[in-house]
Amino acid sequence: MNYYAVLAIYKFEMARTKRTLVQSIVAPVITTSLYFIVFGAAIGSRIAEVEGVSYGAFIVPGLIMLNLLTHSISNASFGIYFPKFVGTVYEMLSAPVSTIEVVLGYVGAAATKSIMLGIIILITASFFIELRIAHPLIMMLFVLLTAGSFSLLGFILGIWADNFEKLSVVPMLLITPLVFLGGSFYSTDMLPPLWQSISLFNPVLYLVSGLRWSFYEIAEVNVLVSLFGVLAFMLSCLGVVLYMFHTGYKLRS
Amino acid sequence: MDSSSDSILTVSGLNKTYPGGLQALKDVNLEIAKGEIIALLGPNGAGKTTLISAICGIVKPTSGTVTVAGHDIQRDFRKTRSIIGLVPQELTTDSFESVLNTLAFSRGLFGRAPDPQHLEKVLKDLSLWDKKDNMIMTLSGGMKRRVLIAKALAHEPTVLFLDEPTAGVDVSLRKDMWNIVRELKEQGVTIILTTHYIEEAEEIADRVGVINNGEIILVEEKQHLMSKLGKKQLTLELCDALATIPEALQQYELNLAADGLQLTYTFNTQGERTGITALLDDLKLAGIEFRDLNTTQSSLEDIFVTLVQQSS
Repeated sequence: MNYYAVLAIYKFEMARTKRTLVQSIVAPVITTSLYFIVFGAAIGSRIAEVEGVSYGAFIVPGLIMLNLLTHSISNASFGIYFPKFVGTVYEMLSAPVSTIEVVLGYVGAAATKSIMLGIIILITASFFIELRIAHPLIMMLFVLLTAGSFSLLGFILGIWADNFEKLSVVPMLLITPLVFLGGSFYSTDMLPPLWQSISLFNPVLYLVSGLRWSFYEIAEVNVLVSLFGVLAFMLSCLGVVLYMFHTGYKLRS
Repeated sequence: MDSSSDSILTVSGLNKTYPGGLQALKDVNLEIAKGEIIALLGPNGAGKTTLISAICGIVKPTSGTVTVAGHDIQRDFRKTRSIIGLVPQELTTDSFESVLNTLAFSRGLFGRAPDPQHLEKVLKDLSLWDKKDNMIMTLSGGMKRRVLIAKALAHEPTVLFLDEPTAGVDVSLRKDMWNIVRELKEQGVTIILTTHYIEEAEEIADRVGVINNGEIILVEEKQHLMSKLGKKQLTLELCDALATIPEALQQYELNLAADGLQLTYTFNTQGERTGITALLDDLKLAGIEFRDLNTTQSSLEDIFVTLVQQSS
């Protein structure tokens, strides 16, 4: 195992975050605050409690999930796409590193960044609502698995994309709708029966539901289903990455 | 090469066909000795970069094998890649990183423990030490080229590939670059460089390989190649114009310039007898007087152009 390489990639990627501190930390704090002002205070005061939880508190897990998903994908996809785009990827390709080491470096850094973001959102939220986390360990597990698996998805996206449009099209056209329709800001009980059934095909629903259960013990689907679902998704993504490196897909001609 | 025991790199039967159908390498065989400088010459698109990329692991060979220090580049990629350094042709750098950080990254990526002293030495050798904290994007093109060399040396490789190290580099920097290459050779590093500049190969290489259309046309000791293929020409400036070459001088296969005032005699430097004395005697007998004479030796450039034309 080339630990120095894992560390080198990890540090390099984290240094990129440090250079964009405002974008990485200040921006999410501001957006989260806006969500709480608009949804929590302004609209939330007119919405009744959802299953015994105030609306402001109810949206916290969804908000964390929204940020985890979008940032994991964008961090990881950009991390590998940019070296490909400017050509510096030659160094990684000619280095004595295995796929797993590359993945640990890039995906590990991307996941770390989005987990840090999740923590920042949680802290910001605590200024607006009274936080209650019923199962902190399960919450951490969910956050870890989600950040890891969606960073892997982002990594796949970054390898696949050969222009900036492709890079932004997946998060915009796929992830954002799935998150918004996945019960981040509402309980599916509020939907007509047909849409409730359709929602069950949305993988993000399981993530939001699982994370919300770890906070308030309320869930749309069994928390174990959520856990195994995200675990299975993570393994499939890892499989795809291994296959991509094995065949050299869009990396080694 | 006379002995394979001191060989550091062996390429055998290497083929590369790109998905589009372009055959970039055709049955390439090459043996490189430890500590030598070999220059690969060839026109654009000859396959120089593909060959280097295949050895370094950036391009997957279609068939054939490559061993570096006795290790197969696919089976033992960790061993082979950790002893190879690569300076790419394009100026691809992490624009927003500092010089020192990008070197530390390279060293780690190639599996070496941090060693600030070594990085300092590399940067000083390349006159980059005072730029160590500068963001790479603020450096000039020549400095960026040095950074790429420094990155390639960060993990103390014993085999260094320089893909057109002096393309687009000014004359003084080119000379600096040659000095760096010579110093590396003194430290025992094997250097494989590609270039269009024949002058460069002539200046620093021990051996020269010529590639065209994905094939290695020849690999020779530079001196040997130049003396084997190099021709000398004797040019005589005549006092009076000649209309034709006299019968008595036909055996010399002379060339008469259009104005009739210049005679050119081409001879082989390796020949036992160059024939110059006889020619001069025969000229005297024929009553042809000349007022000046000079000789020129063909450069590696002429040899290269001839070879590439023949192979095409």
